[in-house]
Amino acid sequence: MPNRSFFWFFLPAGLAMILFIGLPIISTGIQSFYAQHDQILVEVKKCDPFGCKVSVVVDQEATSKIKDEKPLGKFNGFGTYIDRNHLAVDQVSEFWGESKSIGDFINKVGNLPFYKALVFTLTYCVFVTPCVLLLGFIIALSLNAISRKIRGPLIFGTILPMIVTPLVGSLVLFWMIDAEGIIGANLQMLMNDPYLSLKSSKTLMWITIIIYGVWHHSPFAFVVFYAALQTVPQEPLEASIIDGASRFQRVKHIVLPHIYPVVTFVALISLMDNFRVFEPIIGFSAEGSAQSLSWLIYDNLVNEEVILFGSAAATSIMTIIGISIILAPVLIRTWREFKTNR
Amino acid sequence: MKKILIALTFLLFGTYASADCNIKSGSINILANDFPALRTLVETASECKGKADFKVTHSAEHNKIAVPALTANPSEFSVRVAANSSIVPLMNADLIRPMNDLVKKYGKGIQDSQLITIDGKVMAVAFMANTQHLYVRTDVLKENGISIPKTYEEVVAASEKIRAAGKMKYPYAAAYKAGWNLAEEFVNMYIGHGGEFFQAGSAKPNINNAKGVATLNMLKKLADLSNPDYLTHDSEAIKVEWESGNVAIMTLWASRSGTLLDDDGDAKITAATKLVAPATVGGGNIPAATLWWDGFTLAKNRSDADAEASFRAMAHAASSKEMVAKAADQAVWLVEGFVPGPKSVGVIEAVKMGAKPYPMLPQMGLMHGALGSEIVEFLQGNESAEQALKDVEAAYMTKAKEQGFL
Repeated sequence: MPNRSFFWFFLPAGLAMILFIGLPIISTGIQSFYAQHDQILVEVKKCDPFGCKVSVVVDQEATSKIKDEKPLGKFNGFGTYIDRNHLAVDQVSEFWGESKSIGDFINKVGNLPFYKALVFTLTYCVFVTPCVLLLGFIIALSLNAISRKIRGPLIFGTILPMIVTPLVGSLVLFWMIDAEGIIGANLQMLMNDPYLSLKSSKTLMWITIIIYGVWHHSPFAFVVFYAALQTVPQEPLEASIIDGASRFQRVKHIVLPHIYPVVTFVALISLMDNFRVFEPIIGFSAEGSAQSLSWLIYDNLVNEEVILFGSAAATSIMTIIGISIILAPVLIRTWREFKTNR
Repeated sequence: MKKILIALTFLLFGTYASADCNIKSGSINILANDFPALRTLVETASECKGKADFKVTHSAEHNKIAVPALTANPSEFSVRVAANSSIVPLMNADLIRPMNDLVKKYGKGIQDSQLITIDGKVMAVAFMANTQHLYVRTDVLKENGISIPKTYEEVVAASEKIRAAGKMKYPYAAAYKAGWNLAEEFVNMYIGHGGEFFQAGSAKPNINNAKGVATLNMLKKLADLSNPDYLTHDSEAIKVEWESGNVAIMTLWASRSGTLLDDDGDAKITAATKLVAPATVGGGNIPAATLWWDGFTLAKNRSDADAEASFRAMAHAASSKEMVAKAADQAVWLVEGFVPGPKSVGVIEAVKMGAKPYPMLPQMGLMHGALGSEIVEFLQGNESAEQALKDVEAAYMTKAKEQGFL
């Protein structure tokens, strides 16, 4: 396609992207550098059905005057980024000084909200992404090998987890693992421990969320791999059968290299999705045991009666940076391959 | 013919009932929490909507919607039904209007004690009171020879006895869901211990002390006697536990008693359920509970005509003697003419015992939020009480600095 027609072809989509993705990100970025103005509190008499009392309220007149002058708030630079609820620079260096061992230091840092969320998010990515790729590939291979007659219904059955709304899917599992649900109650019987709870144990909750993640994301990998498998040429496969290659060797030396670009693609999308893990935490009411970066943003925006825009913006920006860092190796590699292919 | 007559009578009655407000224009849109008393109130308000446009949103997620929805200009809702805690963010952001003139003009039936005034300005009109208090199963207590617990220490002892008797695995329940609910339990218990959340005259936190540690230890003892999934249980979930007969002693909102004691579910459990006073803790004499009011506020970013229509409809409900007579067991109404029934015991006892209202401070929401997430690890047994309280204070301070309180 000539560059000129590509430009016109891409223009509407590009404009929409700038308008609905680019500008909001820029605005989020700007917001992350600001904090609220100092609150001006005044003492007043407050009366309610239970009696009267002198207490403080925000002085609206004085506040609105400052707000009109500087609507964005007080400039805070990287203040929000390095405070305790984010990168916690001061706390980390303090822990470094006072910790006796590396383990102690890691424990202390892991107790800070941002790092706690980061650890869960990365753990989730590290376990879910490879499992999704592997499981998706195995299902695609198996389905590709069975009789065409039953393939249709089986494919439908396999992609069901993706069709089910994430929240509904996690809620179903949530009720099953309840102390009185089918999985929870059986586990208690199996382990002979009436106080065992999947929902209150941190490790078990993490495992549950990871299993749910694999269950939910595998169909996507499967669908893409299955489509790619249809394009594998038959001649080299037949030739290798004649040469006496085993099934494993055929997959390793012919099928995998052929669908390799697709694997990269699925890995990229999967990593990106997993880094933003959010729904299962809400669905499983797992806020107590597992917090992800996306959950932190949600928490700052809605969970409290006071909305922390600066905090939420700073975490958002760091999430974007995090995704770029994770994707960088894959992207660089794809770019290099693209160049050598030319 | 008979049917037509009945229909006609209803029609006449209907027009008669709505005639007294005589609202000619404007639009009313209400945002409220979702429990039976509020539904009754809103229905009563809609009786006199007249020609005004009437819409309502009942949602358990009302806290998440309120500030953004009222910030918009014109705002989505003209009325926000709020409580002591949820009115604070609205006042902090200057989103609700004083209604002194409206009260003077249209608030004939409203009692002075219903008015929430800040510096003389009427910011809300309360219509019901609420608190968390104990619910007990008299049959189970009797069977095990336990008298009705008056302190949380007695609750622990009673629950242990019931568990030891093999009667129930998890005899105690309270809404310990991580987040708002859990923080609310801490607030109750800490106030019961006589604690203050902030240093006098400042927004600096003041919970990392012996009272805070005692509070956490009591919460942990109670949690160990609860269903192991307690960190995911909100009020609705423990209500279900109660109705399935798994629980003998429970701390729950007074406002939930209506649906707990309705005809649904096991009649035997319902008959044995008794509402009693909130418990004290640690030898204190005020209950480990907070008093709450629910009232309506008017959005600032809405036309005066809408505010007027909204106020008249809501004031009709908030002063309706018929409503409080009809729905006497749904809530402890603050409306004139309310005769307290057996379901009001919890709130009335709490007031008698000198329970404190939930602190209506601008920075309290931040403290509540920090508590909800930072004390979880202590309950899970991964952290010491002192460390948990230190974390709460640190998390609160960071947020308070960002919000300009420190």
